[in-house]
Amino acid sequence: MLMTERDRVTGEIKSLADKLGHNRTSMVPILQDVKRKYHQIDSFAMQVIADELGIHPVEVYSVASFYSFLGEHTQGKFVIRLCRTISCDMQDKDRVARQLENDLGITFGETTADGKFTLEWANCMGMCDQGPALLVNDRVFAKVTPERVHEILQECRSAFGQHAMERKEVHLV
Amino acid sequence: MNTIPTFASMSPEVGLKKALGLTRPDIIAEISASGLKGRGGAGFPTAVKWNFAASAKADRKYIICNADEGEPGTFKDRVILQDHADLVFEGMTIAAKAVGAKEGILFLRGEYTYLRNHLEDVLKRRREQKLLGKDVLGANLEFDIRIFMGAGAYICGEETALIECLEGFRGEPRNRPPFPVNTGFLDRPSVVNNVETLAWAACILQQGADWFKSKGTEKSTGIKIFSISGDCERPGVYEFPLGITVAELLAKVGGSNARAVQIGGASGQCIPASEFQRSIAFEDIPTGGSVIVFGPQRDMLDVLHNFLEFFVDESCGQCTPCRLGNRKLLEGVEMLKAGTCSMAYLRELCALGESMQLSSKCGLGQSSPCAFLSVVKNFRDELMGRTNSLTHA
Repeated sequence: MLMTERDRVTGEIKSLADKLGHNRTSMVPILQDVKRKYHQIDSFAMQVIADELGIHPVEVYSVASFYSFLGEHTQGKFVIRLCRTISCDMQDKDRVARQLENDLGITFGETTADGKFTLEWANCMGMCDQGPALLVNDRVFAKVTPERVHEILQECRSAFGQHAMERKEVHLV
Repeated sequence: MNTIPTFASMSPEVGLKKALGLTRPDIIAEISASGLKGRGGAGFPTAVKWNFAASAKADRKYIICNADEGEPGTFKDRVILQDHADLVFEGMTIAAKAVGAKEGILFLRGEYTYLRNHLEDVLKRRREQKLLGKDVLGANLEFDIRIFMGAGAYICGEETALIECLEGFRGEPRNRPPFPVNTGFLDRPSVVNNVETLAWAACILQQGADWFKSKGTEKSTGIKIFSISGDCERPGVYEFPLGITVAELLAKVGGSNARAVQIGGASGQCIPASEFQRSIAFEDIPTGGSVIVFGPQRDMLDVLHNFLEFFVDESCGQCTPCRLGNRKLLEGVEMLKAGTCSMAYLRELCALGESMQLSSKCGLGQSSPCAFLSVVKNFRDELMGRTNSLTHA
């Protein structure tokens, strides 16, 4: 039978809670998993997590909204986080930021209309000796120059083509 | 790779094998004799921490490795985990033997997710080699380590906030006492140690306390791993004995023309050129290893502005001095930059900074005004009466 998106989210959260335990220590790993797969943690997912962990959904919201890698806002498939802390700042992160905005047509904090890219600031990401640094999802890019921005974005776009169907596939049980 | 020569020179598992043959008090005595102090920045004696956890009575105890390296300018733990992960896990296993813990948790910051596969591989290999698991090296020790990913919060580097995150709560620091060594993860005694501290513990068991003590000063023994960035010719990870002067360090990294150096990250101190003869050690300038070099062209107000934006963003918001104080200091820096701050208001801001140091709940709020206060003290002549065309030079 064809599963709806909600059934799918529920099933995934349930099986994860079965694996990690139906208690509060599973909260952050479950939220991370939902965010990674769906690029957002909506109120439905929060309710399911709350039910699985036996707590009020506002508790889930309070945790999700605290951490910068979680949160309910929808992100693009590629989240670009540019480090803005001092060492990267002194290595001209502003020019990289400007070029990212130019090439994507969005400003920091926004997501492109096609849902591919989100542009965010990050605080020190531990690449201070090789700045300016940015993360594209889990991947780190060091010594980024404004010229290299286009190349990095193109690499993401070509990866997107291959997996474009990833979230639309029909799930049969 | 041999990024850190001392760590690279260690032979695998010698320290662990030695520890397995010792009694718990003997292991702690060896660490105590070495004078090892926490390498994350706070500098609490490691042996004292282990001893508290060892003497606490509980059904379960935990060894937590703090790899939530978020202090601006710090990246040594990333390098240690990349190149010397075995040494860190060995240190955790030794700590487990010393305090009687069965479970270890590596709290890895979300920004370092790309290290996770490598670390999982190392853990898998160690399980296969019987260095972790039900019966470590046939020595009747049960211990295993799992990895927990952080979710992007600087405050989780604070040990009680880290535990809150592990337990599934907002990363808001707890009151201390009780300390985690008594009431930690799931209210069980927990040792929270920095990555580098655990690696050194493994080295000390292998080479002996005297070897470790032969470097450094009387109160700050041993070598420290430094993360050096900013305006210098050779940024990167270095190992220097504690007690090294700022000037010596700058000469080694090619930053001798610096006008100031930030030691200890954004929450550390800003040292002007006139004080470069001071030494980096727990008794003088304490540090978690972050050294940011500012060249002659830097405007210290820009630096402060960056630091305070960081703290406003990363304050957990739990206590008022930190939540609002950092905002007020940031506004103050913006006024100074615009040249609209009166001397009376600057004095008030300094008093606010001192109040924050006294009244904030955790280390973040207690140390966030340090940079502001040290810049106001050391670069006073550059701060007041700015017009847009004025530069400090």
